Amino acid sequence: MRLITFPMERDYSLTGPERQNAFQRGLAGADWYRTPVDRKVLKHLMKRTDWPATRDISIWVAVLVGSGAGGILFWGSWWALPFLFVYGVSYASAADSRWHECGHGTAFKTRWKNDVVYEFASFLMMRNSVVWHWSHARHHTDTIIVGRDPEIAGMRPPQLIVLCLNLFGIVAVPQGLVALARNAAGILPSDEADLIPETERRKAVRVGRIHIAIYVLVAFVSLWSWSLLPLVIIGLPRAYGIWLLLVMGLPQHLGLAEDVLDHRINSRTVLMSPILRFIYWNMNYHIEHHMYPMVPYHALPKLHEVVKHDLPAPNPSLWNAWSEIIPCVLRQLRDPRHFIRPQLPEGAGVWEPVQSNLTA
Amino acid sequence: MPWIDACALVDIEEEDLVRLDHEGRTYAIYRIWDEEVYCTDGLCTHEKVHLADGLVIDHTIECPKHNGQFDVRTGIAIRSPACEALSTYPARVADGRVLVEIP
Ligand code: FES
Repeated sequence: MRLITFPMERDYSLTGPERQNAFQRGLAGADWYRTPVDRKVLKHLMKRTDWPATRDISIWVAVLVGSGAGGILFWGSWWALPFLFVYGVSYASAADSRWHECGHGTAFKTRWKNDVVYEFASFLMMRNSVVWHWSHARHHTDTIIVGRDPEIAGMRPPQLIVLCLNLFGIVAVPQGLVALARNAAGILPSDEADLIPETERRKAVRVGRIHIAIYVLVAFVSLWSWSLLPLVIIGLPRAYGIWLLLVMGLPQHLGLAEDVLDHRINSRTVLMSPILRFIYWNMNYHIEHHMYPMVPYHALPKLHEVVKHDLPAPNPSLWNAWSEIIPCVLRQLRDPRHFIRPQLPEGAGVWEPVQSNLTA
Repeated sequence: MPWIDACALVDIEEEDLVRLDHEGRTYAIYRIWDEEVYCTDGLCTHEKVHLADGLVIDHTIECPKHNGQFDVRTGIAIRSPACEALSTYPARVADGRVLVEIP
C-alpha cells in the first residue's frame, strides 16, 4: 500500500468553486476506466430475473415484521431489546442496499417491483426518492469528484464527531427530516436543484409531502397514546439501526483518492461473510458495482471473479478495511490532503481514461 | 434518406445490439428476435453514453451508465434519469443483411 499526499483545499458543495474546477480539469462527466469484460460474459452477468430479489425481499420483510412484532409484544420489558436490535438493523442498515439496488432497477426484472421496494426503502431511509435518485446518478457519473458528487461521505478534513454521532443517526436523522420538510414546503436548495431537472421537481415536492405527512401522523399517535412505541417502530429505527450500514458502507470510498477517473483508485472492495453480504446485498463488491452498475447484486460475486485480476487485492475483512481507514482518517485531521492509493496488480489495465470536454 | 447496409443479421445476437458509426454520428441497431430489428441514436439522451454497452430486455434498451431505459421501437424514455426520447430510424432485413435508413 502506497500513501500519497498532494496539496489542495476543498469545498464539497455542488455550486461552489470546486464545481467549476471539476469542469475545467475535465473531471465532470468524463470517461472512466473499466476492466474489459467479454460482451457474452457481461450479458450473462447483467441478465435480470425476479427470483433472487423476491426470495431476499421476502426474508427481509419477514424479519422486519417478526422482529417488529416482538418489539411491540414485549414493549416495556427488557425482552423487547433483542427484537428491536434486529428490527432496527433490518429497518435502516438493510434498507439502504434494497433502496440502492432497486434505485438502479437491477434487483428485479419486473420494473414495478423495483419501484415499489425503492419507494418503501426510501421512506425507511428518510430519503426523498426523487432527490436521491438523481443524486445517486450523479454519484455514478462523477464518483468522488469534489464539487460534483453529492454523496461524498468522507470529506476532508474528516468530521469525526459527526461521523461517530451518525452511528446512531444523531446528526443525519434531523438533517434528513429537515431536507424532507424543505421539499414538502416546495423548496429545493441549490445543491438539489443542480441535480434534478425541472420536469422532476414537482414529483420531489410530492414525495417530501407524503413522507412528512406520515411522520407527523406517527408523532401525533405517539403523543396521543403517550407512548414512544409508534416512533420506535416508524422513524426512530433510522437512528438506532443505522450503525451497521456505516460500518459496512463507509469503507466504499473512505480514505481513498478524490478527483480520479478510475474506480479502482477511489473505491474499495471488501470481502464479507454471507450474513453481512445478505444485509448489504453484495455492495461490498464496490469497485465492481461502479464499473458495471448494470450487473445485479446477486451476480456481483461472479463479476468479481471475472475482473479481480485487474483490481487491487480486496480487503479480506471489514476489520482489515477499518485498520487501514482509521489511521488514514486520523492523519487527515492534520493533513487533509492525505489519502491511500491502492496498489494495482502487475499487468493491470492502464489508467488513462478520456477526460471530458464538458463545460459548466 | 438512403438505406445503409449496416451489417449481417447474424452479426447481432438476438436480444442484443451493435453500434454503427456513420458520417460522424453514432447509432444503435437492435435485434429483438429473428428478423425484428430497430435503429435509434447510439448515445443516451441523459449523458451521451454509448448505448451499445447496454442491455436489451424485451423491447427496451437499458443504458449502461445509470440504468435509464428507452423503448427501442419508439425511442421514448421509460425510466429516469433518461427523460428525453431517442431519435429512431427505419430498419429492415433483406437477404440476411440489416438495412437502416439514416441521414
Ligand atoms: S447516461 Fe444514460 S441514463 Fe444516464
